[in-house]
Amino acid sequence: MRHIISLLMENEAGALSRVAGLFSARGYNIESLSVAPTEDPTLSRMTIVTSGSDAVIEQINKQLNKLVDVAALIDLSEGEHLERELMLVKVRAEGDAREELKRMADTFRGRIIDTADHTYTIELTGSCAELDSLLEKIGRELILETVRTGASGIGRGDRILKL
Amino acid sequence: MELTGAEILIRCLQEEQVEYVFGYPGGAVLFIYDALFQQDKVKHVLVRHEQAAVHAADGYARSSDRVGVALVTSGPGVTNAVTGIATAYMDSTPMVVISGQVPTGAIGEDAFQEVDAVGITRPCVKHNFLVKDVKDIAPTIKKAFYLARSGRPGPVLVDIPKDVSNHKTTFEYPASVAIRSYHPVGKGDSGQIRHAAQMLLEAKRPMIYAGGGVVLSDASAQLADLVRLLDFPCTNTLMGLGGFPASDRHFVGMLGMHGTYEANMAMQHCDVLLAVGARFDDRVIGNVEHFAEVPRRIIHIDIDPSSIAKRVKVDLPIVGDVKLVLDELLDVLRGSRQIPSVSDMSAWWKQVDEWRAAGGRMCYRNSSEIIKPQFVIEKLHEITGGEAFITTDVGQHQMWAAQYYKFDQPRHWVTSGGLGTMGFGLPAAMGVQMVNPGATVACVTGEGSIQMNIQELSTCKQFHLPIKIIALNNGYLGMVRQWQEFFHGNRYSETYMDALPDFVKLAEAYGHVGMRIEKPADVEAALKEAFARKDDLVFMDFRTDPTENVYPMVPGGKGLSQIILSEEL
Repeated sequence: MRHIISLLMENEAGALSRVAGLFSARGYNIESLSVAPTEDPTLSRMTIVTSGSDAVIEQINKQLNKLVDVAALIDLSEGEHLERELMLVKVRAEGDAREELKRMADTFRGRIIDTADHTYTIELTGSCAELDSLLEKIGRELILETVRTGASGIGRGDRILKL
Repeated sequence: MELTGAEILIRCLQEEQVEYVFGYPGGAVLFIYDALFQQDKVKHVLVRHEQAAVHAADGYARSSDRVGVALVTSGPGVTNAVTGIATAYMDSTPMVVISGQVPTGAIGEDAFQEVDAVGITRPCVKHNFLVKDVKDIAPTIKKAFYLARSGRPGPVLVDIPKDVSNHKTTFEYPASVAIRSYHPVGKGDSGQIRHAAQMLLEAKRPMIYAGGGVVLSDASAQLADLVRLLDFPCTNTLMGLGGFPASDRHFVGMLGMHGTYEANMAMQHCDVLLAVGARFDDRVIGNVEHFAEVPRRIIHIDIDPSSIAKRVKVDLPIVGDVKLVLDELLDVLRGSRQIPSVSDMSAWWKQVDEWRAAGGRMCYRNSSEIIKPQFVIEKLHEITGGEAFITTDVGQHQMWAAQYYKFDQPRHWVTSGGLGTMGFGLPAAMGVQMVNPGATVACVTGEGSIQMNIQELSTCKQFHLPIKIIALNNGYLGMVRQWQEFFHGNRYSETYMDALPDFVKLAEAYGHVGMRIEKPADVEAALKEAFARKDDLVFMDFRTDPTENVYPMVPGGKGLSQIILSEEL
C-alpha cells in the first residue's frame, strides 16, 4: 500500500544520504522524496512516498526514527492529510492544439507560464493523481519534457509535525 | 590558553577516562599522534593492521563496560577499519573510531589517501561526523561517546581533517550533552510490563530466550532472578552466552542453527515466549514460516524498537533497557500472589527433560586416535575452570567453543556473531587482555581464521599479552567444507588449506611459544603446560579430525524442529 511519510531532520550535510542510503540498503521503495529547509533553518522537512506491506511500512518508520538525525516523524497516510506536488510540463503547441492545450490547462486549474512559437510550459499543482491525469490527457506525443517535485504532505487541522 | 585540535582531541579522551587507544599512525593523523606523544594518560596500542585496531577496541569494550576507542589514518586506514566497524555495528559494541581526513581544502579533489570516510561507513555505524571546525571537536567527541554507549550501543566514527587537527581554539569539555533528535529509551511501559507478568504467570509451556542485550545492559543478575523465580527454562543466543549461567539447571543450552535439541524444541513448542534483548535472526529461528506454524504468544523486550516485529510477529512489545524492564517485571511478579501452576510446570519440565535426554545422543564420539575438536574445548573448560575469557574467530571452532565451553559469567565470551568476521579472535583477545590484565584469555580459532590477522602476534609481543591461542587445525575451512558435504555433493571447492605454515615456527619467529599437539592423549598435558606459562603467549596447533562436523544442525531455511542431531540420523 502507498504511504506518505513526513519527517523533520537536522539540516546537516549528509542527512539526506542517510535517509536515501537506508532505503537502498534495506531494499525499500522510494516513489518520491522531496526535502527543503523549514522556517527554522537548522531543520529540514522531508516527504517520502513509499509503498509496502504493513510490516515493511512499520520497519521503515522504525528505521527512520532510529537515524540520529531524524527528529520527528509522522506517517501522514494514517490520518487526514493534504498532499500536493508541483509539475512543470513543456508541450508541443502548434496550430489547433494551442487552443486545446490552453483549455486543458484551465480545466485542471493549471497555468501556462511560458509560451513560445511552438511550445507551452504548463505549471500544475495538485495531488500526484491529478498530475498523472493531466499528463494522460495531453498524451505522450505532445509532451516534450516533464519535471515533478515529488509530493509534499501536511496533516489536516491539528495534526502538526513540529519539535 | 589555546590548544590545537589534536591536543583538544586527546584532552577529550582524557575527560572520557580513556585508558587505551588502539591505532595505527599515518599522514592525516600526524598532529594527533604528536599530541598523544606529549602526554601519558591515554596509552596507545600500536597494532599491525587497522582492522585489528578496531577488533581490539571491540574486545576491550565487550569484556568490560567501557567504550572502545580506535584511531586510524585517512584513506586505506579507514577502509581497513571498515570490517571492524561493521563487526562492532552488527553486535552493538560501544565504540568511538577516530579517523584522520585529508585537509578540508583538499576534500573532494581525490587527494592522496582520500576516501569519503563518512560515506563509506554510513551503513555500518550508529552515527558519524565530519568535523570541519576546530571549535566542534570537543562537542563532537562528547556526542560520539554519548551516542556510542547510550540506547542500543554501537560504533560512532569521527572524521577529522588534518588542518582541523592543527587549528587552535580554547578547550572546554562540555559538562553535559543533549541531542534534540536522539532520545534513547530507559524504562519500559509499566502497563505492558504488568501484562507481560500476567502472560508469564498464565503460561503452561513457557520459554525464556535471552540474547546479547542482556549482556550489553548488564542485566544477568536480573535475568537469573527472573528465571529462578518463575522456574522457567532459559536459552541463550550465541551473543547471549554467559548472560545466564550455563551450569544452572534451568539452562537448556544455546539455541539456533547449532543449538541444542532441547532449546530448539522448547522454542518451537512453547506457548509463551519471553524474548529478552534478542532479535529472532535467521541463525536463531531458521525458517520464519515454520516457526510461525505453531501458535505461541510472544513478549519481546528490546531497547531498539526496530528489532521488534522485524522478522516475527510479536504480541506484547516492551521497548526499554533490558535491565530496567526486568527490574520492574521482577517487582510486579514478586508483588503478585500468583505463582505459575505447579502441575503445568512439572509437565512442561518433564517434556523439556525428555528432549534433553534425547539430545544427549548427539554428543560427539571421542577417539583415542585422532583429536576431536570438541574434546579440546571440553578440556579447555576444565583446565581454565570455566573462568577464562574466550574470544573466537568464525566457523566450526566458534560453534564448538559456544557449545562446549560452559559460560557462567557475562562478558567472558567475545565472538563476532552478527557479521561473522574471520580474523576477529586474536585482535579481540588483545583488547580483552588489555582491559583485564592478569586474567586468563584464550583465543579459539582455526587455521583459516588465524591467518586473517596473524600479524597481530607482533603486537602481542610488543605489549606482553600472554594470550593462549587454541588453533583447531583440521586443514579445512571447516564450516564451508561441512556445507559442501551436506548440500553440494561433497565437492570441496577451495576449502582445503594447502601449504599451511608451520605454526610452531611461526609463533617462535614472533618471539612466542609454539606447540603442536597431534594425539588425543597429549591434549590435557599440553593445555596445562600452556596455561601454566602465565607470562607467555602460547600458540597451540591442535591437529584435529578433518571430517568432524558441527551437530546438531538446523539446515539453512529449515525450521527449528527439523534439526539434524548427528551423522547417524
